[in-house]
Amino acid sequence: MKKKFVSFMMAMVMVLSLAACGGKDSDAPAPENNDAPPATETNDSASGAAFKLGGTGPLTGGAAIYGNAAKNGAQIAVDEINAMGGIQFELKYEDDTHDAEKAVNAYNALKDWGMQLSLGSVTSKPCEATSVMNFEDRIFALTPSASSTGTIEGKDNMFQMCFMDPNQGSASAQYIADKGLGTKIAVIWMSDDPYSKGIRDTFTEKAAELGLEIVSDTTFATGNDTDFSVQLADAQKNGADLVFLPMYYQPASLILAQANAAGYAPKWFGVDGMDGILTMEGFDASLAEGVMLLTPFNADSTDEKTAAFVAEYQKRFNEIPNQFAADAYDCVYAYKQALEAAGATPDMSAEELCAAMIEQFTSMTFDGLTGESMTWDATGAVSKSPKGMVIENGAYVGLD
Amino acid sequence: MKKLKLNQTTRRNYLTYGLVILAYAILQIMNGSLSSSLKGMLVPICAYVVMAVSLNLTVGVLGELSLGHAGFMSMGAFTGVTAAVALQDLIPAAPLRMIVALIVGAAFAALAGFLIGIPVLRLNGDYLAIVTLAFGEIIKSIFNNLYVGVDSSGLHMSLLSDNTNLEEGGKLIIGGPMGIGGIQKISTFTAGFLLVMVTLVVVFHLVNSRAGRAIMAIRDNRIAAESVGVNITKYKMMAFVTSSALAGAAGVLFAMNYSTIVANKFDFNTSILVLVFVVLGGLGNMLGSIIAAAALTILPEALRQFSDYRMLVYAIVLILVMLATNNPTLKAFFGRFKPGKRSGKEAA
Repeated sequence: MKKKFVSFMMAMVMVLSLAACGGKDSDAPAPENNDAPPATETNDSASGAAFKLGGTGPLTGGAAIYGNAAKNGAQIAVDEINAMGGIQFELKYEDDTHDAEKAVNAYNALKDWGMQLSLGSVTSKPCEATSVMNFEDRIFALTPSASSTGTIEGKDNMFQMCFMDPNQGSASAQYIADKGLGTKIAVIWMSDDPYSKGIRDTFTEKAAELGLEIVSDTTFATGNDTDFSVQLADAQKNGADLVFLPMYYQPASLILAQANAAGYAPKWFGVDGMDGILTMEGFDASLAEGVMLLTPFNADSTDEKTAAFVAEYQKRFNEIPNQFAADAYDCVYAYKQALEAAGATPDMSAEELCAAMIEQFTSMTFDGLTGESMTWDATGAVSKSPKGMVIENGAYVGLD
Repeated sequence: MKKLKLNQTTRRNYLTYGLVILAYAILQIMNGSLSSSLKGMLVPICAYVVMAVSLNLTVGVLGELSLGHAGFMSMGAFTGVTAAVALQDLIPAAPLRMIVALIVGAAFAALAGFLIGIPVLRLNGDYLAIVTLAFGEIIKSIFNNLYVGVDSSGLHMSLLSDNTNLEEGGKLIIGGPMGIGGIQKISTFTAGFLLVMVTLVVVFHLVNSRAGRAIMAIRDNRIAAESVGVNITKYKMMAFVTSSALAGAAGVLFAMNYSTIVANKFDFNTSILVLVFVVLGGLGNMLGSIIAAAALTILPEALRQFSDYRMLVYAIVLILVMLATNNPTLKAFFGRFKPGKRSGKEAA
């Protein structure tokens, strides 16, 4: 028995050491795991003099690309700001695996840590759950990317850095109509995903208003999201010249691949969830050539601030930052601006900070990577203009 | 004198009640000093405990493997929350509304259990397991496509797309894939504790009754039970429906603790998670289920310090615990403390 146990323990140790090695030399997102902790630790020494900034996001699981991007983006901003002197931040991200229950647990863990300001949650549903906690505990939150209306509804201390889902749908329709990108439109959407449904609903509404004809409207759901031949055939049969894909990038990548295999080549139009498709493992980026999407962030921008951020991100994490990273980066800088304007100090309680932040955010104007002169209204929704992007030679290029 | 000679089963049942009450009392006394992390987990733990105990009734006592238990939880969660939202103005007192929601949730889950039980309980063993799995997925799909709204003229329902056509001032309660949002959080630890106690009373009384013995007879030998005149369908149904109703109540408790729930939360993974609690705690062993459910809910949170390796460590701990609890040496060791304890029943 003893022998068995010892050998089992040995096996365990081997598994763990293998896992530890795996983290270092595997795919692109991994390096941040080794980079981030030292940065956080250096900040720990400044504890007491730094604002404790916490956020939850899917760092593992299917939506991990978003959580990790947001975490990395925020980390860069925090390191830059800390290096400048003046306001100091201490950043901590906890994993919520894109699940409301885990997000609440992660939020509570952050509260135990002493979080003063929150970055909410990265994805919508978890953020709806944590935002209620933020509201009850009076901890101010600015979410980089949780875009559903339920996130900010009825909560005075909950603000968004991204567009709300409904706005994205109508903005996309407006953009297509304004630029004359297509007249016969097919929509393929995910019926059990609130994000997809939210955008699709407002898109069809706005499209009808603008006289865009929707010739095909097909759905899929979790579990049958690998074969899109029926949806694509329907779009093709009805002569759609533009296909709107309000969804995240994994199903979109399959749709693009299968349309290509079937020899169907309409114009493709996506939303910000599509961001990340170029860095997806095992996806032939050439298939995404010519895909248009509406996103507030353009990594190819020649703008000085954006270029510096992209360079730093590439250096640290070896990939091009997506919109989520930029949103999180902006969140931290928006906090900096608001804290400076309010004259806040790290020894203030979360509740005092909350009151000060509500006042600042509803009155200030902020210039960031994801938009110029952004403002927030009292509901917490941001006002900024989206940029149309098209994928050319494996990179985003501004459409305008 | 008879009172002193409580039989082993009764003694173990009282021990279970006692430990649950003790745990509740200790946690209530320590309430001020608990971390918010643990405080936040108290209600979900209660919900998972009820889930585990109720599934143990099907798996451990009835001896049929059910892989769709989360479906009943979902059924209870959605109907219970709908009831709570619809009755918000009629019943202003939160505890009373909670009780009504629990009853509604349990009733609907029991109904679902009954309807599903009709075809399912004709099967045995692996076949039954697969069919319950399918039904769990069906319930998930239904709630992913169901729209329910309430306005002054009552409840409106539609499937696939939102055709509820609510009047001005109406409120959409279940929004298809969006699930339910903006739930008033009225679950409390006390409500959770009471639900656990009610569950234990129901399950223990059922198991120790004439019906319970019939159910166990079916588990141990179906043909023999049938030959002595036990109505197989009736008793199987009794256990299955009780189990579903309790799972429905657990779903209400769980949903009312979060401001938002989606149907996808109650998927196959959740069913398996609950099954893990049951297997780890020992089939037919209710106290084991309670401890396993509590421990395995806390474990992933306690492992947060491992950050990226958290789930890996969780899996390893799970394997170790499974091996350890099945280790004959350790079993004998623990057996010495509890002379009356029977080892867990083998799966049928």
